[in-house]
Amino acid sequence: MKEIVIISGKGGTGKTSFSSSFAYLEGKNAVVCDCDVDAANMHLLLGANFKQKNDFLSGEVAVIEPTTCTNCGDCFDVCRFDAISKNDDFHIVDKISCEGCNYCYQICPHQAISMQIQKAGDIFISDIKNNSKMVHAKLGFAAENSGKLVAKVKTEAKILALKEDRNFVITDGSPGIGCPVISSLSGASLVVLVTEVSVSGFHDLKRVYELVKSFNYSCVCIINKYDLNHNILKEMEDFLSNEKIEVIAKIPYDETFTKAMSVAKPIVEFDKDSNISQAITKSWDIIKKRIEK
Amino acid sequence: MKITIASGKGGTGKTTLSTNLSAYLTSFGKNVILADLDVEEPNSSLFLNTKLKEKHIAHKMIPKWIEEDCTLCGKCAEVCNFNAIIDLPDKIKVYPQLCHSCYACSELCPTSSLPMEKTPMGEISLFQCDGFDLVEGRLNLGEEMAVSLISQTIEFIDKNYDGFIKLLDAPPGTSCPVIEASRFSDFVVLVTESTPFGLNDLKLAVETMKVLNQNYGVVINRHGIGDDGVEKYCKDENIPIITKIKNDKEIAKLYSGGNLLYEKIPHFKDSLDEIITFFGEQI
Repeated sequence: MKEIVIISGKGGTGKTSFSSSFAYLEGKNAVVCDCDVDAANMHLLLGANFKQKNDFLSGEVAVIEPTTCTNCGDCFDVCRFDAISKNDDFHIVDKISCEGCNYCYQICPHQAISMQIQKAGDIFISDIKNNSKMVHAKLGFAAENSGKLVAKVKTEAKILALKEDRNFVITDGSPGIGCPVISSLSGASLVVLVTEVSVSGFHDLKRVYELVKSFNYSCVCIINKYDLNHNILKEMEDFLSNEKIEVIAKIPYDETFTKAMSVAKPIVEFDKDSNISQAITKSWDIIKKRIEK
Repeated sequence: MKITIASGKGGTGKTTLSTNLSAYLTSFGKNVILADLDVEEPNSSLFLNTKLKEKHIAHKMIPKWIEEDCTLCGKCAEVCNFNAIIDLPDKIKVYPQLCHSCYACSELCPTSSLPMEKTPMGEISLFQCDGFDLVEGRLNLGEEMAVSLISQTIEFIDKNYDGFIKLLDAPPGTSCPVIEASRFSDFVVLVTESTPFGLNDLKLAVETMKVLNQNYGVVINRHGIGDDGVEKYCKDENIPIITKIKNDKEIAKLYSGGNLLYEKIPHFKDSLDEIITFFGEQI
């Protein structure tokens, strides 16, 4: 079983349009995994049915029992997150600010504080189009630990792939270069970098590639909206060729992306004969050949 | 007034809006400070003529093990709720990436063998642009604690730009970094696009704003492509639509090359005027 992780650094480059197309093309040979748990979208294109739902419990918050609290203020003094404030007769914890470090719990002289585990989100396993399955999640509102939720989603997807003897896990990664992305990348057989031709797309590509390189993952690149700016395209291609990163597809600026999205279909389902669909199909074949090597 | 420009989905136009709005407001003689809080992938500076004025290393505090007095009692590992400290038979091991800088291990250590030490996590840079300043937070690669750098960047502008219109360009998503970038603002502008992805992520962002008890409104970008789901949703939920920016390939092209738009695209300038009218006297 091989895992392909699609990331982009910058949002809005077409990452999910490509990864859902790969998933659609591969059908039941692949388990799909959406690691953009902050703002998950892949389920919209793949017709997920939210068949199985599990709570994701993670992280703790401190809770002060008002009747035991003597208002001594020791908890207030040690909290580095400004999460504790004084009420008239007792102290209270602001759940959003609380990091769950438990320092206040450790030092409260009256044992008035308890640590309560939080539900940080939901994890779903869904049936999707083309007889495939997908693992996705929804982070709780204003919840933390998205990196841990990503790790959990990935583990579930891998277990599912092994149990059902699927060849691939196709992972739609999270944006950025921080904790959720690092989690998204773990164990990747191949990383697909999706970028767009713009100053910001190029900047973010270079930054996320540094991260990928530091973990020694092998990668390929898809350049989207390549016709927007010739000079930046040229710089980008020079950069990729210097780093020996193969460009597996170059896609023009095209409103088909939005049109397909508006009818909730991956591009290769929406218009399978279009040039873009053919380019995506070809790039998926290249990816498969690369990981079989 | 402090306004955060945020969005659930990435690539909807947060940076385009915040850089253009900063420059446009400045052209009226307003005092504006722009903060780029997308510390994982800060992009604002790419769209502005910038001259670096100051650069500060941003730190987080991490415990450092001092062997001499340590009795290996294991209290530090016991109190750490993030598994950032492990007590081995012959030493104490600290994992800086997992540390949340809560000080519990350091201050509860009976022999004071874990003093907190400054560790670089990123940079806060101050740039001079055409008529206004840009403050950028930039997280070091591989560093996980975006929230702390965001809060340090906000602190920097609070301290140095009293009385200015403060525009904060937030990171995408709905979790802790966005919350940090939004919670102390007077208003949050949620930028979205009129597509199912835009709608889905807007709903998540709105729920987050409700939890924070924040004032918010919506800017619809790339309007005219996609569908009317976002508009319907805003109407049903009584969320103000501040402006709709027309879908325009010319915008994509200018953006691609790192250009500001408002001087070249009249309908984009009209949208900025609508935003300014929306805030009225407040800015």
